[in-house]
Amino acid sequence: MNVTVKLFASFRTGRFEIESVDFPAGTTVADVADRLKLPRTELGIMLINSRHVKLDRILAEGDTLALFPLLGGG
Amino acid sequence: MPVTGQRERGTRMDKIARIDMGAAGGPKVTVGDLGEYAGLGGRAMTSLMVAAEVHPLAHALGAENKLVISPGMLSGTTGSMTGRLSVGCKSPLTGTIKESNAGGQAAQVLARLGYAAVVLEGKPEGDDLYKILINKDGIQVIVDNSLKLMDNYPLVEKLRGEYGDKVAYMTIGSAGERKLLAASIACTDPELRPTRHCGRGGVGAVMGAKRVKAIIIDDAGMKMRPPKEPEKYRDANRKFVEGLRKHPVTGEGLPAYGTNILTNVLNEAGGYPSYNFKGGQFAGSNNLSGETQAALEIERGGTATHGCHRGCVIQCSGVYNDKDGHYLTKQPEYETVWAHGGHCGIDDLDTVAHLDFLDDNIGVDTIEIGVTIGIAMDAGIIEFGDKEGAIRLVEEIQKGTPLGRVLGSGAAITGKVFGVERVPVVKDQALSAYDPRAIQGIGVTYATSTQGADHTAGYAIATNILKVGGDVDPLKTEGQIELSRNLQIATAAIDSTGMCLFIAFAIMDQPETFQALLDMLGSFHGITMTGDDVVALGKKVLSAERDFNTRAGFTKHHDRLPRFFYNEPIAPHNQTFMMKDEELDEVFNW
Repeated sequence: MNVTVKLFASFRTGRFEIESVDFPAGTTVADVADRLKLPRTELGIMLINSRHVKLDRILAEGDTLALFPLLGGG
Repeated sequence: MPVTGQRERGTRMDKIARIDMGAAGGPKVTVGDLGEYAGLGGRAMTSLMVAAEVHPLAHALGAENKLVISPGMLSGTTGSMTGRLSVGCKSPLTGTIKESNAGGQAAQVLARLGYAAVVLEGKPEGDDLYKILINKDGIQVIVDNSLKLMDNYPLVEKLRGEYGDKVAYMTIGSAGERKLLAASIACTDPELRPTRHCGRGGVGAVMGAKRVKAIIIDDAGMKMRPPKEPEKYRDANRKFVEGLRKHPVTGEGLPAYGTNILTNVLNEAGGYPSYNFKGGQFAGSNNLSGETQAALEIERGGTATHGCHRGCVIQCSGVYNDKDGHYLTKQPEYETVWAHGGHCGIDDLDTVAHLDFLDDNIGVDTIEIGVTIGIAMDAGIIEFGDKEGAIRLVEEIQKGTPLGRVLGSGAAITGKVFGVERVPVVKDQALSAYDPRAIQGIGVTYATSTQGADHTAGYAIATNILKVGGDVDPLKTEGQIELSRNLQIATAAIDSTGMCLFIAFAIMDQPETFQALLDMLGSFHGITMTGDDVVALGKKVLSAERDFNTRAGFTKHHDRLPRFFYNEPIAPHNQTFMMKDEELDEVFNW
């Protein structure tokens, strides 16, 4: 199953901005975060295909997963 | 002929100065006690005074309007983050009441001089231009026609030659003098740059109508305002600062990347309006992002971390140098980058930074002008993505040409003049960088705010998109009315304290940091403050503002978004704005 993973802000440090990654079926957002060594406590905004999701969301073929730390502005 | 006000000293913020610019024989200064406005500051002061004293049907540029300048309730103290200055009046842009606040040094300095408000009243006959000097000896109003049609950067440079670097300057550029409806009032930052603007609603035009070009505020010889309970205040401030440093938004994200970190967030979430609200994402967003901007600032010898006033611990701003390493402008904010960037189909940060500098220099609201340029593009005056064209149009405003005057009067006027149907305004004030079709909660705030469309009035983005302070689905209508109501109440209160609104990220998530804020407010005045007191203050401010607007002729039918938000779905979510009119009418029923 191929998924596009995008990382932002401090999550990019030592990792990447965007990568196309193969995951086994049943992979969740939490599994991806663990694999990338992103501490759960630092996860802020999690989007799949522009919609907010939770950690237990199971990825599907062709999804785009975007992960941000907690952020603010305005 | 200088006119000198009553001589008074002291560190208590216990007086109000009224300057009648239209008095027979020249401007007249009267300094009095607080009277019915005792205990107020910031937005509470400006809005309650405008609501009580300005005729709701007054012409905003006429003698009947008043420009109320007020430091926040805690400004001028040792408290962190207390540097916001409120400016209020009837808005020439919206016709509603207006409160526009800015950072910079002015609030702290004015508060330490003891002024809870400085009120510009009346309107002089003739062409003379004035500057106002406020220091420990009183207030002088001085004719200075050598300042005519100067823009903010050269103006402040000239004034620094006369008054030095240990003062704060509030100025208007050529736009304010020309009474353009998007004109701002600039406040200088710690480096004396005119970069912090009371931007929204045309407050600069009201200052220009009163023929006041500059206010020089000098607190030499004055002390910090003393709290009633100094130890308690110091302790509460320490806990407050700890809370801000600990929270990931105020302690890490904002210092490292600034507000423009939101470009990628909003683009990924499909709520980033592009090409004058025709799309919800922008292909060039990565070139405009906060990550790209911060790296570029550091690479060019600027900085991505800078405070707009002394005492700020968040440091969300920065310094943007040009490619040769010379100062170009302060770090452009997210809404500025959006308005001149994706909204206009422009994906080049140097162009955006140049436009930000021009806006600050001329003295216009970056949101209103960016949105207006996009409307001019939609009208075919220039093409979307035309970088040089965008700069040329803003330079028209600087020159004061007929086209420049139209553009400088904002999105609604420009849309009418050029026959554009898709004009994103509420009460004639431009929406900003968040599409209400993809983020229903911010649409409620845009529609119902007392200020015209204003994302800061009830920043539903926090809960809808950023998941700070709770979690409400941005694509659904459920919970949005209550969310916007609560945020608008809280914001009206925070805007009165002098605190930067960005403290909200930390106080919404951390009860102990909210308690520290309550303890700061309480110990300063020697009372106990509760959350209920804060809510009551917010409601009092909003009620006064709503009452003024009602008397000025505004009804529930003005609390709506433009029709295209209800009729044109936007990608990627293919949704419209779905809040019902009857729901919007419930926002202020408490």
